[in-house]
Amino acid sequence: MDLDSITVMLRSFWTVWLMLLLTGILVYAMWPGNRRTFDDAAQIPLKDDGQEL
Amino acid sequence: MTSATLTSGATLGSQRVSEDVRYHEDAIRLFVIAAVFWGVVGFLAGTFIALQLAFPALNLGLEWTSFGRLRPVHTSAVIFAFGGNVLFATSLYSVQRTCRQHLFGGEGLAKFVFWNYNVFIVLAALSYVLGYTQGKEYAEPEWILDLYLTVVWVLYAVQFIGTVMTRRESHIYVANWFFMAFILTVAILHIGNNVNIPVSLFGMKSYSFVSGVQSAMVQWWYGHNAVGFFLTAGFLGIMYYFVPKRAERPVYSYRLSIVHFWTLIFLYIWAGPHHLHYTSLPDWAQTLGMTFSVMLWMPSWGGMINGIMTLSGAWDKLRTDPVLRFLVTSVAFYGMSTFEGPLMSVKPVNALSHYTDWTVGHVHSGALGWVAFVSFGAIYYLVPVLWKRSQLYSMRLVSYHFWTATIGIVLYITAMWVSGIMQGLMWRAYDNLGFLQYSFVETVAAMHPFYVIRAMGGVLFVIGALIMVYNLWRTAKGDVRIEKPYVTTPHKAAVGAA
Repeated sequence: MDLDSITVMLRSFWTVWLMLLLTGILVYAMWPGNRRTFDDAAQIPLKDDGQEL
Repeated sequence: MTSATLTSGATLGSQRVSEDVRYHEDAIRLFVIAAVFWGVVGFLAGTFIALQLAFPALNLGLEWTSFGRLRPVHTSAVIFAFGGNVLFATSLYSVQRTCRQHLFGGEGLAKFVFWNYNVFIVLAALSYVLGYTQGKEYAEPEWILDLYLTVVWVLYAVQFIGTVMTRRESHIYVANWFFMAFILTVAILHIGNNVNIPVSLFGMKSYSFVSGVQSAMVQWWYGHNAVGFFLTAGFLGIMYYFVPKRAERPVYSYRLSIVHFWTLIFLYIWAGPHHLHYTSLPDWAQTLGMTFSVMLWMPSWGGMINGIMTLSGAWDKLRTDPVLRFLVTSVAFYGMSTFEGPLMSVKPVNALSHYTDWTVGHVHSGALGWVAFVSFGAIYYLVPVLWKRSQLYSMRLVSYHFWTATIGIVLYITAMWVSGIMQGLMWRAYDNLGFLQYSFVETVAAMHPFYVIRAMGGVLFVIGALIMVYNLWRTAKGDVRIEKPYVTTPHKAAVGAA
């Protein structure tokens, strides 16, 4: 099996790969351990504004 | 520059580290001025061509002022000149604050992008009036101007992404994700849709490299993603920074914002074929475009809920802060037009709506209600900050602008709904012998009153924008209008009623 035919075979399952990628993103977004990081990130715009150069 | 904070800032996460950060704002002030200027020009151009449709004598019998040449002047002025300058101003403003870092490339690069982008706009508008066009909707500029824009856009990308890469905040805030998706995708779309072969080295005319139905598909891959990434992802970046900032509360759900971002960019890129229903495009491609358009309901409404629910617990601010009212109403319009869009992409609905005024009404509920309103909200927020004023000249005038523009939009979109559906029904009506019941000109005559109503909606929208110009001018001068202030504490009766 050469590289071309492997590529063609893998490409035919593109919806599966995309679904796996999306599932990974959903798991990352909902992972309980990430809650603190995201709560902190949500505060970013509300911090001090600094000065003009 | 400030090496001490540079080394320590990266690890500080959410702590306050900003006292030593100095932000660039000169170029952003220029972008804001240009955005307001082009906004008025674009709204005026739109109102004028709306009047041309109602009263064809306004074509003036001149080739340069005919509807066909002025229409791209209107669309480019509102989308690329007004919308573009708003996006430059807001993205370069918020990326510095969310990354706790000044602009990569500094004031010089930002000003270079500013002048060259706006020169591009002027040249593009002139070329349309003189009759040069690629004939591709929203991609009208000829090849030489496309090359010019590519250079300017890449420099903007370098400035924005460079700022993100040199950030002192460990997390990349969600607004910056949306801005980066917008910048990157617009670059790819612009290049992909403008692969043209010039007829001569020193002539303006060129022909598309791909031809036939492939050319149409590339054009609407570009066209719909110009909507999806220029007019949606970019302005969602504005929403995710300016709504929390103005409401003084964090976004409703940061997790939802991550899901919103990835699902939106996964799905939008496939929706283009719904512009080519019942054409020579293969049926499976049409169905694919329709399916992805319908799936877009989910991220769009997730994002809308995220934006509106940011006000959860602070709804009274809608009554007391007309700037926030602009921002939140824009998100409501975003929800409304992204409900209507997938509906219209369903093939049997599209059979009625396509090529009618319904499409024009749909586009304007998104463009006026979502894009322009979120821009007005951001501009009203930015001007006092950028000109170092404690407040706007007048909050009452912001409210007058809001209501004038809102009535204008309602006139516009309701007129186009009625006109478009009537037009679609008249086109498909048969008499009992199987002949078409109406001639084309009968549909045009039937639409005339709605064209007049639509133009009146445009006039109101322009008046609202002029109120804004006056308000911002006095704000920049440092004046404060003596007026009845908005009561900021919740009204007793309102609390009781709730």
